[in-house]
Amino acid sequence: MSLINLLRKIKITASMQVLLLLLLLGPGTAATAEEFITLSSTTSTQNSGLFDYLLPKFKEKTGIDVHVIAVGTGQALKLAEKGDADVILVHDKDAELKFVKKGYGMERREVMYNDFVIVGPKNDPAGVRGLKDAVQSFGKIAAAQSNFVSRADDSGTHRQELRLWEEARVDVKASSGKWYKEVGAGMGATLNTAAGINAYTMSDRATWVTFRNKADLELLDEGDPKLFNQYAVILVNPSLHKNVKTEAARQFSDWLVSPETQTLIGSFQVEGQVLFHPNAGQAVTAK
Amino acid sequence: MHSLISPKMCWNATSFELPDTAVMDSKTRTDAQNPGSGILPLRLTNVGYCVCGRRLLSDINITFSPGGNTVVLGPNGAGKSLLLRLCHGLIKPTTGVIEWQDSNAGQYRQYQAMVFQRPVMLRRSVAANIEYPLRLNKVPKRERQQMLRQALETAGLMPLAGRHARILSGGEQQRVALARAWVLHPEVLFLDEPTTNLDPSATRAVEEIVMRFKAAGTKIIMTTHDLGQARRMADEVIFLHNGRVLESGPANEFFTQPRTLEGQAYLRGELLC
Amino acid sequence: MEDIYAAFATAAGLILNLDGDLLEIIGVSLQVSLFGVGIAALVALPLGGAVALLRFPGRKILIVFLNALMGLPPVVVGLVVYLLLSRSGPLGMLGLLFTVTGMVIAQCLLVTPLIAALSRQVFEDLWVEYAEQLRSLGAKPSRAVFTLLKEGKYSLLTVVLAGFGRAIAEVGSVLIVGGNIAHYTRTMTTAIALETSKGDLALALALGITLIIIASFVNALAYLTKDVLERYVV
Repeated sequence: MSLINLLRKIKITASMQVLLLLLLLGPGTAATAEEFITLSSTTSTQNSGLFDYLLPKFKEKTGIDVHVIAVGTGQALKLAEKGDADVILVHDKDAELKFVKKGYGMERREVMYNDFVIVGPKNDPAGVRGLKDAVQSFGKIAAAQSNFVSRADDSGTHRQELRLWEEARVDVKASSGKWYKEVGAGMGATLNTAAGINAYTMSDRATWVTFRNKADLELLDEGDPKLFNQYAVILVNPSLHKNVKTEAARQFSDWLVSPETQTLIGSFQVEGQVLFHPNAGQAVTAK
Repeated sequence: MHSLISPKMCWNATSFELPDTAVMDSKTRTDAQNPGSGILPLRLTNVGYCVCGRRLLSDINITFSPGGNTVVLGPNGAGKSLLLRLCHGLIKPTTGVIEWQDSNAGQYRQYQAMVFQRPVMLRRSVAANIEYPLRLNKVPKRERQQMLRQALETAGLMPLAGRHARILSGGEQQRVALARAWVLHPEVLFLDEPTTNLDPSATRAVEEIVMRFKAAGTKIIMTTHDLGQARRMADEVIFLHNGRVLESGPANEFFTQPRTLEGQAYLRGELLC
Repeated sequence: MEDIYAAFATAAGLILNLDGDLLEIIGVSLQVSLFGVGIAALVALPLGGAVALLRFPGRKILIVFLNALMGLPPVVVGLVVYLLLSRSGPLGMLGLLFTVTGMVIAQCLLVTPLIAALSRQVFEDLWVEYAEQLRSLGAKPSRAVFTLLKEGKYSLLTVVLAGFGRAIAEVGSVLIVGGNIAHYTRTMTTAIALETSKGDLALALALGITLIIIASFVNALAYLTKDVLERYVV
């Protein structure tokens, strides 16, 4: 009663109401009517354009819309733990196995891999160009105390980077705030920072190739098997969260590892480069 | 000299509700609505008012009886506006008692109304301004139309009914304020300096309207510092100086034989301090 | 500098070609912000009026609290709404996380304190002018709030527009609660954040320019409405 009264009192709000109602009939409502699953995944798959390339084909085949929440692997796993996603596509094997073991996820299947690359200033003050040895490169960067930007966001990339520092026997925590810059951000934001201060960083190849603000940065070191980066799809365990759409999620998982989709992934190119290498059902290339 | 105290201070000094001078007794509302029943006399007993230790009114003992116009006279700062606000119930006295014959008078606005020196026009048409108190008091629609028309006619506002109140001249706005205060046919109408800053023709229009209200049976209690106006309109005079009532009585008595030196000086046009 | 020139060229291109994706995210942005602010105004304007006109214990604390909440970081609002709407949260069963409705809730919570705090000041200023007159005419405080709402509608419209400005410009809460899902919950601001993370600064800035144009358009529309009402309806 008082609400209606209030509306009558202010004519402006009344006309705004009409506008609001019109907007209600706008974009958002159409999508809710369709069947959809929520996929929590990483920024690398999103930013590279892989999903824009793959998902329309999945929808064409099954009629299922895939809502992608692109975050770091750590956050993607967290969302799934809370039941806010139906399926995840991430790249941090240790964390993934733990996730499945704890009962949050099930049916982990490897889908594809890409690799990490070490990028840095063109003049390469630490001298890592072409070493093909990630651990040695990291050691040289630390020795030269050249600026290095770390994502420091608990993502798959960040965890991989920390493992490499450990192997290189560098205590980066001690140098945090000096030459080692922890930005706590996604891959793109980290690359923007690195470009801004002309520093080294480690990126997944997909994000690096599609990144548009490279400034004076160049790809300096690649090809070390330790830099290989495996992606896997995991279903969220419906026994913990009733809302999880397991059937549709499994359809998506099956579709990802099917031969046709694997071929599609292998033929996805940006600027002439293949960014993701399908390897479903094969032995893990790296480790 | 809008008032001695700012509205904000007033607000802090009292609660929002107009004072119910007593718990509602057996007298029903309909009984009181009937003009014949009478809320007057209004008695002020030992009324005093202080703000922050300053005594602005003291020892006020007066009775307002039905019939006739009462004019409160006195120099600026005498406490005239304050006295009206106290009677109207906007503020509560610091000491003393203000009592209506009918204890419901303080509660229902249709018994008594007030026109301020600078009335606030609502941002709407003249008719809507005058209709506002009718809506507040939930007057049924049919009666409302009739009362609105009557108030518009009495204040000579028919031609202006559809105009926006805020763009009217000062004299026209004052007439709207009069009609708005009178529309519920109050038994008592307080007017605080109703013609300050008005030109002679607007002043005359206002005075004529007030006399029409009087003729319709409304008791007028007004302040003015315009002696000519007081002579034209007063049946009874209360002379206020430095927050005290110095004289009260029939108007012709005050104007011909003022009893106090201050009253004599005031009538001669001397400055009182 | 090149990026800035490129941004203006891109912005012009996007707008002139009526880019489909762009229209879609503009639609989502407007839908979320107008709804969020509209609902917030329905709650916050009477609240601001009540705080201004009524005297109750704890009133001053509430005013300080509302003023402080004006500076609430959107990310914090987003986080709180996320935790509420998450499947594991108390309102999880509604399934509103990563939906437009969820974003509307977040923005509504974000701008309610702003509109309430700013409108309280407007109401208080009006009350200084109107208090005696309205009380004399017999208006109770609850009624006086509605009268002042009407009397101060143009100042209050400005307050609501300030709320709209905050809502349409923020990225923190819509990113967390909406998830920046393409063709579904992507807004102008989350798209800007995304393009920045892709390093496509020109496109990001172009979207920013478009956002300003849209916001100006909404404000102009409101101003025009006010103008027309003032002239013909008053």
